[in-house]
Amino acid sequence: MSVSLTINGALRELEVEPRTTLLDALRDEMRLTGTHVGCEHGVCGACTILVDEEPVRACLIFAVQAEGLAITTIEGLAPAPGELSVVQDAFCEMHGMQCGFCTPGMILTAHALLKGNPDPTREEIVTAISANICRCTGYGQIIEAIQLAAQRLAGSNMPEGSL
Amino acid sequence: MSAPSSFRYISKPRRVVEDRRFVVGKGHYAGDISAEGMLHVALVASTHPAARIISIDASAALALPGVHKVLTGAEFAEGCEPLMNGLETPAVKRYPLAVGATRYMGEWIAAVVADTRAIAEDAAELVEVTYEPLPFVIGAEEAYDPASPPVHPGHGSNVLLDKTFHWGPVEEDFARSEHQLKYRVVWGRNATVPIETFAVLASWDPWRNVMDVWASIQMPKFADQIARALRLPMTSVRVHQDVDVGGSYGVKRGIKHTVLVAHLARLLNRPVRLIEDRLENMRGGDMHGPDRIFDVELAFNGDGVINAMKMRALDNVGAYAGRAPFQLGKPIGAIVGPYKINSVRYQAIAVTSNKAVEEAVRGFGQAPTNYAIETGVDLVAEKLGLDRIELRRRNFIRADEFPYLIPSGTSYDSGDYHAVVDKVLAHAGYAELITERDRLRAEGMLAGIGVASCLEPSGGNSSFEPLLNEKNTTTTWMESVRINVDALGTVTAAIHTTSSGQGHETLVSTVVGEVLQIDPDKIQVVRPDSIASLPGNSPVGSRMAIMMGGAAFHAAGKLKAKLFKIAAHIFGCAPEALTYESGVVSGAGHTLSWMELVTICHRHFHQLPADTEPGLEATHVFQVPTGVALPKDGRVQMYPCHSFEFHLVLVVIDPIIGKPELRRYVIGHDCGTVINPHIVKGMTLGGIAHGIGAALLEEFVYDEQGQMMSQSFMDYLLPSSHEVPHVEIVHHCTPSPFTVFGQKGSGESGYLGAPAAVSGAINDALRPLGIRMSKLPIRISALSDAVAAATDANQV
Repeated sequence: MSVSLTINGALRELEVEPRTTLLDALRDEMRLTGTHVGCEHGVCGACTILVDEEPVRACLIFAVQAEGLAITTIEGLAPAPGELSVVQDAFCEMHGMQCGFCTPGMILTAHALLKGNPDPTREEIVTAISANICRCTGYGQIIEAIQLAAQRLAGSNMPEGSL
Repeated sequence: MSAPSSFRYISKPRRVVEDRRFVVGKGHYAGDISAEGMLHVALVASTHPAARIISIDASAALALPGVHKVLTGAEFAEGCEPLMNGLETPAVKRYPLAVGATRYMGEWIAAVVADTRAIAEDAAELVEVTYEPLPFVIGAEEAYDPASPPVHPGHGSNVLLDKTFHWGPVEEDFARSEHQLKYRVVWGRNATVPIETFAVLASWDPWRNVMDVWASIQMPKFADQIARALRLPMTSVRVHQDVDVGGSYGVKRGIKHTVLVAHLARLLNRPVRLIEDRLENMRGGDMHGPDRIFDVELAFNGDGVINAMKMRALDNVGAYAGRAPFQLGKPIGAIVGPYKINSVRYQAIAVTSNKAVEEAVRGFGQAPTNYAIETGVDLVAEKLGLDRIELRRRNFIRADEFPYLIPSGTSYDSGDYHAVVDKVLAHAGYAELITERDRLRAEGMLAGIGVASCLEPSGGNSSFEPLLNEKNTTTTWMESVRINVDALGTVTAAIHTTSSGQGHETLVSTVVGEVLQIDPDKIQVVRPDSIASLPGNSPVGSRMAIMMGGAAFHAAGKLKAKLFKIAAHIFGCAPEALTYESGVVSGAGHTLSWMELVTICHRHFHQLPADTEPGLEATHVFQVPTGVALPKDGRVQMYPCHSFEFHLVLVVIDPIIGKPELRRYVIGHDCGTVINPHIVKGMTLGGIAHGIGAALLEEFVYDEQGQMMSQSFMDYLLPSSHEVPHVEIVHHCTPSPFTVFGQKGSGESGYLGAPAAVSGAINDALRPLGIRMSKLPIRISALSDAVAAATDANQV
């Protein structure tokens, strides 16, 4: 089947089998390998992407279902080559990762959280990232990274809701 | 060894250089790598715990368009060698695919190779396997019984290892002790289960005679094992080490996956890739951890001083024998924990069963052993009516007693256990914590405090190998670093391993920067492939801060010595008269800048002293600081360094629901000099999360039919951010006298004590009911059932 997908602001046409997940389409057809495969049954959150700014597991949606939706992958976050978004930079500052495998999904989840809730409590952060499993960090430095990102965004005078 | 405050870069909260690529999704994982013309593998898995394979009919699968090959174990075994065994068990042969018979449910029976993974999976479903079921054995006790069906009939029994050590006058110490107690604890089979499954791509070049391998591995002697299995010289196996590994914590061994895929690549003359799906990973990925029953006896005085221990550890290693039995050997290096136990009898038993294969997991057997010891210490306190922490204090090795030789032959390097405990109690407000527990109890909740004090042996050597296998005479477990300064004066350091989140690039650039007084961010760290590599043993045994850090330190020192030699020659003075400051060498009224020295090395041979090679390069192959001799009389020096951790936990359990909530978690941690605080903090917090999983949630459960019941993340539960509490870390630093900066290991920290602490907290909570839980994980269902039964019984 042919499908047109809007990925990181660009329209992409591709041919996929009806059974191809969006995850496989992103990785195998479009070589966007920043979206990671963890469990393929919707538990671990490694394949989290943003669909219309909401976190979605790319393993639980077929590519053909994504027609017309605005998809953001980790490759779409950095403002320019060699630069980092505020959230990405905060994850580096606090070392909110180790192996980096859950990191793209975790950062997209954090982006979605901070877009809707610029000043989250620790509990709200914990709840937001509870959909993403990290085996390395025990979550502590991830929570600290999101708190730091929120502080920096609050101090940046950027319009609320923009990241 | 310098005081931490005198460091420029070490112990400073510098960013971890690896993180930058990960946050933008530009990590370079094995599953991200593809090759032109690549084929994909899916696996046919055994549905029986034990069966003879009567026939494998692949005709329907091969008829599917896009299918290239269905490989069986019998065909594989014709062209390759079996995989390596750690013990001398030649009749326990292990191949990537079952040969003749299958020995566990989920074992790989055949590999299907196709144009896409989807076609390979379709075809795998069409492979018809006819089995003749055979008797099987699942439990360790049953497998240890000589009447049980042997998993490998040629081996004669299920016993791979049954060795008893006597260290010191155990019987005399038992006889002279006022009290004794006996208990059993069980460590359920779990693993660290990385989010990335195992992935490998292999490509054979028949004109160059080179097998290229990209794999998500953390495996000592990986290229060696591939070469042996495929009957290739090691110069024909090129493992690419610049692959990021998506978590490992010990388990990413993947040797059978790699040998299988490399064999297929050679057979089909096409690149072949295998990325396990979660099901293949959970049931047949060779990554389950220790599965262990401990029977322990302790002998002690009325004042709580523990004199002697008898421990029997029975480990169920599953259907084949890799390195798993050695996980009973490593804990010998800390068999008395942080305590002055005078004598020990230790019986280590490893049995085969019809479960999946056990492999190395974080701590290499130490976390279960610590759980067994700490449970016993709690029981002694309970029996004597003493405070658990006071009891530990009475048994701790004192700071002035190091180096301290334990009965099994290891000398502990350094520590100050009393100080760490005092700091934690002061930080946590121990008296208030007890008040809080009692307040919760008065409200009708079950509440308990758990403590655990234990060691993290670090700097991994392989002394347990010759200890458990006399034919193995390995006494080095070296690590290498090479530093090259180019003609423009910039520095590159080469390391010779893959990493799985430990931040080795940051470690080495920090150490080299410290010695050469150069900004670490300007130092490039590269990973040559295995053919171009110097010897190394991968990041196992909590060793890299010590070993790779040590190699980097000495290589940088050699480089600096060369600069001194050149400057002394040019200045006409002794090298001892020179000083070094940020790359500038001064003495005898002269100075040479870094760039002047580099230029002399690279361009001015005429200025070099005699017998000096041009260029500016240094290499160091670092031997483990201790443990260089073979075992004698069943004793051996195991790892050189011993980090200490003390856990203090408050748990609250709703008596109706049975769900434990970790209300407060404090850990005191002493791993000597910290090289990067971000990394050590992350390791500790992550280790605690793993420990909470092992204590409360994670288990590979088999039913009576030998079927594995926990095959997905719906059944095998991983701690989420809701299950892992905020953890407060209290630091202490007792430098190790054996390492270049006083550093010790931290890669297994947290995990080694958390299961014991959480279990202890739950048992403290259950004490008013007169019950205790002695098997991990303590799942909500087991806990609520036990509480309900005890409540009913108490009401009767």
